[in-house]
Amino acid sequence: MKTDARALSIQRQLRRSAARRRYARLVGHALVYALMIFLALIFMLPIFWMASTSLKLPREIFAWPPEWIPSTPQWGNFAEAFGKYPLARYMLNSAILVIANIIGGLISVPIIAYGFARFEFPFKNALFLLMLSTMMVPGHIKLIPMFWLYSRLELIDTYWPLILPAYFGNPFFVFLMTQYIRTIPRDLDDAARIDGAGAWGILYRIIIPLSRPALTVVVVFTFVWVWNDFLEPIIFLRDWDSYPISVGLAFFQGRYSVEWHLFMGATLVSIIPILVVYFFAQKHLIGGLASIGIKG
Amino acid sequence: MGLGANPAMLSFWRKMTPQERRAAKTGYLALSPWMVGFAVFFAYPILATFYFSLTQWTLVDQPVWIGLDNYVRMFTRDPLFVSSLKATTLFVVLSLPLKLVLGLMLALLLNLKIPGMNVFRTVFFIPAVISGVAVSLMWIWFLNPDTGVVNTLLHYVGVQGPYWFWDLNWALPSVAIMSIWKVGGAAIIYLAGLQNIPAHLYEAAEIDGAGKWRRFWRVTLPLLTPTLFFQLIIELIDAFKIFTEAYVITKGGPLKATYFFLYYFYEEAFRNYNMGYASALALFLLVVIMGCTVFVYRTSGRWVFYEN
Repeated sequence: MKTDARALSIQRQLRRSAARRRYARLVGHALVYALMIFLALIFMLPIFWMASTSLKLPREIFAWPPEWIPSTPQWGNFAEAFGKYPLARYMLNSAILVIANIIGGLISVPIIAYGFARFEFPFKNALFLLMLSTMMVPGHIKLIPMFWLYSRLELIDTYWPLILPAYFGNPFFVFLMTQYIRTIPRDLDDAARIDGAGAWGILYRIIIPLSRPALTVVVVFTFVWVWNDFLEPIIFLRDWDSYPISVGLAFFQGRYSVEWHLFMGATLVSIIPILVVYFFAQKHLIGGLASIGIKG
Repeated sequence: MGLGANPAMLSFWRKMTPQERRAAKTGYLALSPWMVGFAVFFAYPILATFYFSLTQWTLVDQPVWIGLDNYVRMFTRDPLFVSSLKATTLFVVLSLPLKLVLGLMLALLLNLKIPGMNVFRTVFFIPAVISGVAVSLMWIWFLNPDTGVVNTLLHYVGVQGPYWFWDLNWALPSVAIMSIWKVGGAAIIYLAGLQNIPAHLYEAAEIDGAGKWRRFWRVTLPLLTPTLFFQLIIELIDAFKIFTEAYVITKGGPLKATYFFLYYFYEEAFRNYNMGYASALALFLLVVIMGCTVFVYRTSGRWVFYEN
């Protein structure tokens, strides 16, 4: 009898403490959510303000106190922005550059990484280290000699300076891809070899199809970098019609700095492709990047 | 030297079996695009920059050899060099520590096992993926002294907001705040590091009676030091390379307050066409970045913890 009563009280106590713990967790979750939502709102304010301005009437943009959400959203602003600035043209230019760079990366990176990951040869480690060390050097140091070289070859004001390097393997991507290929079991190579595949057959039939996460990283990062690139286009391009969207936008600012409603609309439109790519790719990115394993 | 190295390499080659030799040939063939790229897009420009930095050259004429004159000018009588160095250092000092600490705090929040965290990850990472130009334009408008959001909110609580990018003392901090807005990029890297920490270590610490704080200081932080180290180097290099913001927003002003080093380099090279002097500036930046990286690397033994 006595022991029963004690067991019961212990049970009751346990149940109570479990309930208390569940309650504490609920409060904890609520606090975290509140904090995260608050932070997210702050982080999104500049973007929200841009979107809000892009939907205002010209007289509303300098009104005080400012309206957070315009009472009658002016969707026509976007059409006006496209009509007034050659936005479509600039975005097309950016798209051309992005696609040309992506093709370059997809061709060169797997081949080079395959060499590093699957073959033994003298000086391999030294070459790999050399490649890694080039990643540390800021690209700006190369601008003057490259500018001179391209002007000698009469390639200034063409897209070649902005495209060519991608076809010779970006070291960061090669590094990433090499690490990824090393995780693919060599048994698969051997099986394909027994089936009569040569070194290049193994690359195209086994390695590339299995490296999709790493290749996704190559595609997405190239997209983001090329779309956002600013310094190289302003140096290597002269003709306004050939500008990518980043340069086009920056140069509008000097010319039409009063039309902020159109201007913010144009800026908003310019980041939409990046956001779309980012949303679609984010799930795959984690897998591709995890293989680098930032460790010693 | 070159002649001496060749026979050694050949003897290496002779010792290999035919299969090994075939594999090696395929390997070299696979690497060949990178080797060409290395020669054309890396070795040539670095060596050429070194040579040009010892010349006076305006691109249209022939480079004239002037020895170390560019460097003498840089270190003894160039006020712009001094102000650009000052602005850049100040920017690094203002933004880097904050970015590292806030990035880690954000990553710890994002690492909490709570449903819906993915949405927040996406939100915080957005500023890190959009372009410097778009971000700059957005922030010009966001920090507008009269009708910008920040000054409006400050006005509501009775504070007269500063002129931000247009104020001598606020311009540089404004650019730093803008770069801290992109902290989500660092947070994602930390997050990957946090998720690599094995759960059994936390369990062991908990059994030993370690509370939340102790677990953070004794388990999380030590195991995260490789990630912190990686991020520190990346952010350091990035901070020295700040350019777009100065070009788009401030033009280096007001009164050279945001005259960052790379912006100075750009103006010298591609506006004034002082290619020789600009090459010397570029090399200086390279040495500074390399120096900082080596310093961080050398001292890392004291605070970076490796599992193996």
